Amino acid sequence: MIRVILPAHLRMLARVSGEVQLDVEGPVTQRSILNALEARYPMLRGTIRDHVTQQRRPFVRFFACEQDLSHESPDAPLPDAVATGAEPFLLVGAIAGG
Amino acid sequence: MSKVRVLVGTKKGAFLLTSDGKRKEWEVAGPHFGGWEMYHLKGSPADPNRLYASQSSGWFGQLIQRSNDGGKTWEPVGNKFAYEGEVGTHQHYDGTPRPWEFKRVWHLEPSLTDPDTVYAGVEDAAIFRSIDGGQTWQELPGLRGHDSGSRWQPGAGGMCLHTILLDPSDAARIFVAISAAGAFRTDDGGQTWWPINRGLRSEFMPDQTAEVGHCVHRIAMHRSRPNVLFMQKHWDVMRSDDAGDTWREVSGNLPTDFGFVIDVHAHEPETIYVVPIKSDSEHYPPEGKLRVYRSRTGGQEWEALTKGLPQSDCYVNVLRDAMAIDSLDSCGVYFGTTGGQVYASSDAGDTWAPIVRDLPAVVSVEVQTLP
Repeated sequence: MIRVILPAHLRMLARVSGEVQLDVEGPVTQRSILNALEARYPMLRGTIRDHVTQQRRPFVRFFACEQDLSHESPDAPLPDAVATGAEPFLLVGAIAGG
Repeated sequence: MSKVRVLVGTKKGAFLLTSDGKRKEWEVAGPHFGGWEMYHLKGSPADPNRLYASQSSGWFGQLIQRSNDGGKTWEPVGNKFAYEGEVGTHQHYDGTPRPWEFKRVWHLEPSLTDPDTVYAGVEDAAIFRSIDGGQTWQELPGLRGHDSGSRWQPGAGGMCLHTILLDPSDAARIFVAISAAGAFRTDDGGQTWWPINRGLRSEFMPDQTAEVGHCVHRIAMHRSRPNVLFMQKHWDVMRSDDAGDTWREVSGNLPTDFGFVIDVHAHEPETIYVVPIKSDSEHYPPEGKLRVYRSRTGGQEWEALTKGLPQSDCYVNVLRDAMAIDSLDSCGVYFGTTGGQVYASSDAGDTWAPIVRDLPAVVSVEVQTLP
């Protein structure tokens, strides 16, 4: 079971509170987590990564295990602690803007 | 008794303001989507409980929200705006080519007859249509694909398609306006488009009367006379009596011919409204006096409407989508400011009062006249 923590605006959009728990088939990567997240919550499509290019939105970052994984390949395996559910995968909105 | 519902989009959420036909006492609901930029909300003329809203942020991109109960509840619908075919280039501010890239929806225009059909004007400039209540969106690529597309350039606010006018007498005819490309028209339901900018003159262009490149801020029509169009351009208030084929200036005695909004009285097709703004680049009312100007002659001769509006120390702006007119008798006129005020007049502009004073910066104002 993968644990995902969304920023407040996306929790509100998806109408969830607290962590989201996902079953991810195959290797646990950024892409497989986002695919599973968007399949469960279609309203999140386009908000974390661009619909067309699939690029991460610039003001959204991916953290886990006290590391910034935003610039890792979307197909790189995530740490075992994320894959086992010991640690959450965090989607974080940048502290920026007015 | 009739009611009105004013839909207000702001930089930090949406607000719904409702009143009875007297338009003196108001209920304020919101913020909806607090913290998000709400560029535009509009109701379907065919089903006033069907509302569409453009919700966006620099963090999470574009969302479209739909309500089926007049704004009490909302649901996110489709937000995939993918350009059709080969994505070419337009000109950047510096004149270099830049690929088209979707940024946001500036304006939503529901069909006059079908609640599930709605048009979206987007940045980078293009028009999309949904025929399933906003679930899916398809570009009408003939506009962006016009021969002039590679020469379009952004205005200061981005290269946005901000105005969509549907002709009530001809379902195949649509007018749009783009900053800073100009006005365009289709007569075949959106397959082919052509520029309608003859008569416009723009001093900032090397060829001041070029086919495209004009910074059109807004166009408006009265539904009884769809061949008569009124335009607030970056500078100049213009008028066309032939569906945009030719334009002539009607700025007349305005204190400045710069501004963003322009609209038409609900029952008098020759009565029009603008809010003159000082430019370049102050973008606040001249002399610190917030004045709506009304012409009862279709332009050229204008009178200042000041009763109830601040006449000193007022330095707000009124953005292009932030004026609306209801269809009661006498008609109500509404506009919102970047200072967060929404002003209403229930007597066609003679007197004004604020509905609310302290919202976030207002981006758009629409009004629905309800049975």
